[in-house]
Amino acid sequence: MAEKSRKVLFGLYNDEEDLKTAVKTAMKDHLDIMDVYSPFPVHGLDPILGLKESRLHILGFVYGSIGAMFGFLFMTWVFTTDWPIVFGGKPFWSVPAFIPITFEMTILFAAWGMTLTFYTICGMWPGVSTKTLDNRITDDKFCIAFDVTGSNDQDNLNRFFKQTGAAEVNLKTVNW
Amino acid sequence: MSQPVAPVRHVLIEGNKTYHQITEDLVSPTERTPTREWIVAFSLSAVFLSLYLFTIVWTVWKGIGEWGANRTINWAWDITNFVWWIGIGHAGTLISAILLLFRQRWRTGVNRAAEAMTIFAVICAGQFPIFHMGRVWLAFFIFPFPNTRGPLWVNFNSPLLWDVFAISTYFSVSLLFWYTGLVPDLATVRDRATGFRRKVYETFSFGWTGAAKHWQRWESLSLVLAGISTPLVLSVHTIVSFDFATSVIPGWHTTIFPPYFVAGAIFSGFAMVQTLMVLTRKVLRLEEYITLNHIESMNKVIVLTGTIVGVAYLTELFIAWYSGYVYEQFAFYNRVTGIYWWAYFGMMFCNVVSPQLFWSRKIRRSIWWTFFLSIVVNIGMWFERFVIIGTTLARDYLPSSWSYYNPTWVEIGIYTGTIGLFFFCYLIFVRVAPVVAIAEVKSILKVAGDQYIGPNARARHAASGEKTSVKAEKED
Repeated sequence: MAEKSRKVLFGLYNDEEDLKTAVKTAMKDHLDIMDVYSPFPVHGLDPILGLKESRLHILGFVYGSIGAMFGFLFMTWVFTTDWPIVFGGKPFWSVPAFIPITFEMTILFAAWGMTLTFYTICGMWPGVSTKTLDNRITDDKFCIAFDVTGSNDQDNLNRFFKQTGAAEVNLKTVNW
Repeated sequence: MSQPVAPVRHVLIEGNKTYHQITEDLVSPTERTPTREWIVAFSLSAVFLSLYLFTIVWTVWKGIGEWGANRTINWAWDITNFVWWIGIGHAGTLISAILLLFRQRWRTGVNRAAEAMTIFAVICAGQFPIFHMGRVWLAFFIFPFPNTRGPLWVNFNSPLLWDVFAISTYFSVSLLFWYTGLVPDLATVRDRATGFRRKVYETFSFGWTGAAKHWQRWESLSLVLAGISTPLVLSVHTIVSFDFATSVIPGWHTTIFPPYFVAGAIFSGFAMVQTLMVLTRKVLRLEEYITLNHIESMNKVIVLTGTIVGVAYLTELFIAWYSGYVYEQFAFYNRVTGIYWWAYFGMMFCNVVSPQLFWSRKIRRSIWWTFFLSIVVNIGMWFERFVIIGTTLARDYLPSSWSYYNPTWVEIGIYTGTIGLFFFCYLIFVRVAPVVAIAEVKSILKVAGDQYIGPNARARHAASGEKTSVKAEKED
């Protein structure tokens, strides 16, 4: 994605309850929130913000199923087709003995698949430039940010921040 | 949702912290110059790490004959140590995964360090089977890969191969779980740093911003990883016990092994967490985050799992007698009264008798007792594995091949060396990353800190002076 310069107006709140109230107000006033940042997951924020539930866990199931199939079918192929060997007089296709490895492969695929998907869809990898608005957002400040590039109507937003009790309001130009 | 709540909610974060103070307290140990205690501990573990490297090179150079293991007792200290370390690792996943599913808030104080401990313990555990292979440069043969010998595949029916899959899956999944939890906290460290240090933490925090959607996905990921780590951790020690239980050796061939091994693993793991936490909270001055309530909770887990292990020992003895099978009866008679009777006695005393002291609230909440008993339990769990492995093999079916086993200095060096390796890794960890999960502690501050003002708050309870009854109450 081409980097472009954007103007971001953001307010910092001191408490997650203030943040939730503010987001509620913003949604009611149809303000176009760019993003909300917090130092820890604020419970109850997602429905206010209108975020749909993450579908990551569905992918986890899909990855796990792939792992289970892969592990089981691979062992089946090796022991029935590629190189059948009799172990302890048991059948070539000794399903109960395949259970532990099938299980481990399920977990392995689900965990790695989900984690890699998580980092990919969040755009997080070693070496990506950090999109920090304020250093205190990972410490004790809760932030609501608006994209105000090319807009002259900042009074409305400033009023909103004042009304909802933001501790600080800043304007920053970023290259995201 | 209506659910039973405790009459008094214990405070898990003391000292009326603000969010900023939490950051300050938990990040500053990585920013200060190392304390003298840290330097002494680090040097000491470096010495033992060098001993480990020396004895391992010695083993590889001269061969496994340098160990005391012989043709009768072919699994000895190495496998004992392997199972011991793997067991220690289990507490980390238990705290981070199972307690997350049970919504136990006290996990936030200790989960990060316990998960790190898991990873280091599994690294230590892995050393033993790998070097026991002898020709360690061919260790990759244990993985099924297309090769020019057919291809000739590994034996997927063998519990030893299940172990390979279980341990490697366990290691990599624990690593993902731990690191993903660590990313937001590394971002906190990053945002306080400047210059080169900031660059380093920028790389390791993957560009974390704390956006609402990211947090939502992060929580979803943590929950699912916890959900799949729970059966994983139970499977790992179950499969380790299969190494023994699927054999036809009397004393090993028992169906009680999987649950008994898992309980023992949790038992020894919590003991090691206690050993580390008692030291860590003191040295890094984290008494307000790893409180006596945390220590007491873990001691309760120790007395529970210790008792389960005790029941398992007695069940084994009873079933051996009740089976009417002379070889099984002999195996256990030999364990209790045979050449290694002292190991059996040590196991019984350290694992079954000593944790019963934790029924006393005073002892549960005493730092010194906790530290002392955590060491005793770890010794006991080491004896348990030695009793199962060494004692059983020393007296097998054929009296002419009966033997005795003594460790050589090489084996002692490797074992004490892995303890050095473990502490070496742990001490580096406490210097570079927050040892308590910052974001998670902040998220429970209002419900488990001194600030909590609900109907079952400690302050209110103390003020009213009357006993509040346990009742179902709405909780949001």
